[in-house]
Amino acid sequence: MALLAGTLILGGTACTKKADASASPAATATSAADLGGMDALVAAAKAEGSLNLIALPRDWAGYGDLLDNFGAKYGITVTVDNPEASSADAVNAIKSLEGQKRAPDAVDVGTAFAINGAKEGLYAPYRVATWDDIPESQKSPDGTWFADYGGYISIGCDAAKVTVCPASFADLAKPEYKGKVALTGDPLKSNSALMAVWSAALANGGSLDDIAPGIDYFGELKASGNYVPVKATAATIQSGETPIVVDWDYLNAAKTKDLAAAGVNWTVAVSSDATIGSYYAQAISATAPHPAAARLWQEYLYSDEGQNGYLAGYARPARLPAMEASGTVDASLAGNLPKVDVKAEFPTDAEATAAKNTLTQTWASAVK
Amino acid sequence: MKTESVTRRPVLRWSWFGLVPFFGYVAIFFILPTAVIAYSAFRVSGEGGASAFSGANMTTALSGPYLDALWNSTKMSLVSALIAAVLGVVLAYAVATSRGGMLPRLVSTSAAVLANFGGLPLAFLFVAAIGNAGVLTSFVQQRLGLSLRDDLGLDLYSQSGVQFVYLYFLIPLMVLVITPALEGLRPEWREASDGLGAHGWQYWRYVAGPALLPHFLGSLALLFCTSFSSYATAEALTNGTLAITPLRIDSALSGNVLAGQENLGAALALSMIVVVVPLTLLYQLMQRRSSRWLQ
Repeated sequence: MALLAGTLILGGTACTKKADASASPAATATSAADLGGMDALVAAAKAEGSLNLIALPRDWAGYGDLLDNFGAKYGITVTVDNPEASSADAVNAIKSLEGQKRAPDAVDVGTAFAINGAKEGLYAPYRVATWDDIPESQKSPDGTWFADYGGYISIGCDAAKVTVCPASFADLAKPEYKGKVALTGDPLKSNSALMAVWSAALANGGSLDDIAPGIDYFGELKASGNYVPVKATAATIQSGETPIVVDWDYLNAAKTKDLAAAGVNWTVAVSSDATIGSYYAQAISATAPHPAAARLWQEYLYSDEGQNGYLAGYARPARLPAMEASGTVDASLAGNLPKVDVKAEFPTDAEATAAKNTLTQTWASAVK
Repeated sequence: MKTESVTRRPVLRWSWFGLVPFFGYVAIFFILPTAVIAYSAFRVSGEGGASAFSGANMTTALSGPYLDALWNSTKMSLVSALIAAVLGVVLAYAVATSRGGMLPRLVSTSAAVLANFGGLPLAFLFVAAIGNAGVLTSFVQQRLGLSLRDDLGLDLYSQSGVQFVYLYFLIPLMVLVITPALEGLRPEWREASDGLGAHGWQYWRYVAGPALLPHFLGSLALLFCTSFSSYATAEALTNGTLAITPLRIDSALSGNVLAGQENLGAALALSMIVVVVPLTLLYQLMQRRSSRWLQ
């Protein structure tokens, strides 16, 4: 009886998976030229009329304006499901909603999920018009994923609650910061928290091959009471629970304006003794219900307008070096970015995998 | 005798039909999910979305930091459950034997509410009260010059802090489940015991204790399971640094860091099911046994 019910239900979900995915030429186009140029792509996307995205918070990397401007420019209805979702949720949505009208068309995910998803065949290869501007190390050669924006690990600080704001990991260990230092999540779940630990490793004699000193460092911060294991948000900053937050510079910097409205003087410094940089990546779902709109969205994000849109959200767009060279970057927006005095390191995927394994093995026992 | 069984037979033949909704419910909400978890716990995915059967996930789930987490979860839940059970019984006894009035009614009403109070709201309530910038923390600091963490040893963001917060809903839960049993202790037993010259402790040792014990053990199992499966409060207060299995499942299933660990998550969930199911059965068994006396 139970088995029968089980089979029926499993069978039921299997049936709804059958795709009605459009056999439109856009679904296999690997560039705008494949469809006959940008105008043809725009026409095809307008005909589809909508775009499904997932896991894009409006206050993250300038996405609020990017989404609105894209929708208005092309007359396409943009839906963002579950804005606070994680990369894992985004990739799962591609799998579990396959064939449905509400499945995501494109995702913005951490590098590990870009590479892993490409291995699983979830993404459609595509090269935007500005493909050559994206540095080689920040894109998959076959076009299944490509970096969109990134930043560096930084230290945000409520200047009203802290006499002197810390500027390095060495500072954070000082007794005056007791009960004040927080991360934005569990390093086993939050990429920024993981990178904060890794940056701390670099500042304490570790390397891209060795995250252990960072784990020990946070273990000591926890033991001395400096590290507050509360997930830092704008609310916990306002309440004074987490006056110092180690996070991506674009997220810390983006908080400045909102917190100023709440009377908090939020300052941001890229950690001076070491910092790690990392980029997120765009990928188009291989089973996107709106394949043309998904591709047009990529063209928009990698256009000068889109890249400057990321910059407006304090994120460093992938084409930034090329745009600085060609003079298409919005200089006033670029001037708002926190200053970086140290050379930022960028871990490879293999190094990241090794670091995560070490972290999984030792984080909970070192930091308690 | 004979005629009775003849007239009953048709009833017996169809009586199982009444259980169909129940079996359907159990199948959909218990057996099916458990089967899916067990299935995915023994799958590993490889290149290109292919997957195969393997015991690798279970081996990982039962070794290294994952085994530590399971063991720590078990210890932590056991300690929380024991403390809450003892304090809950005392509180419930005080309520059951009081002569009525506002206070006992208030306690039993609030127990019903607080037993269901948990998760994020509870965590933030405690952060607001006794966190580093909490109302009570600053009050104690300013008025008494004492630090909650350094002088009074109350660190909200540690394992003992999480256990302390768990008591907030575990004690009311204990009051809720044990009160009917305490009310089932008949005054006549005490009178008979007194009449026969027994002392107070003899009454508890030979009469009330044995009658209550199955129910107490059953409630303890229930409290253990509640504590064992709690997740959001611990997550909010320790940001994943607490070594307990629900948080490890969380980091395996969702997040921006660990990719492709869904099957390990299922294996971890399976290990929790293996711990909880016998206790749930114990709870059922104890409930049945104690109901013989206490009704």
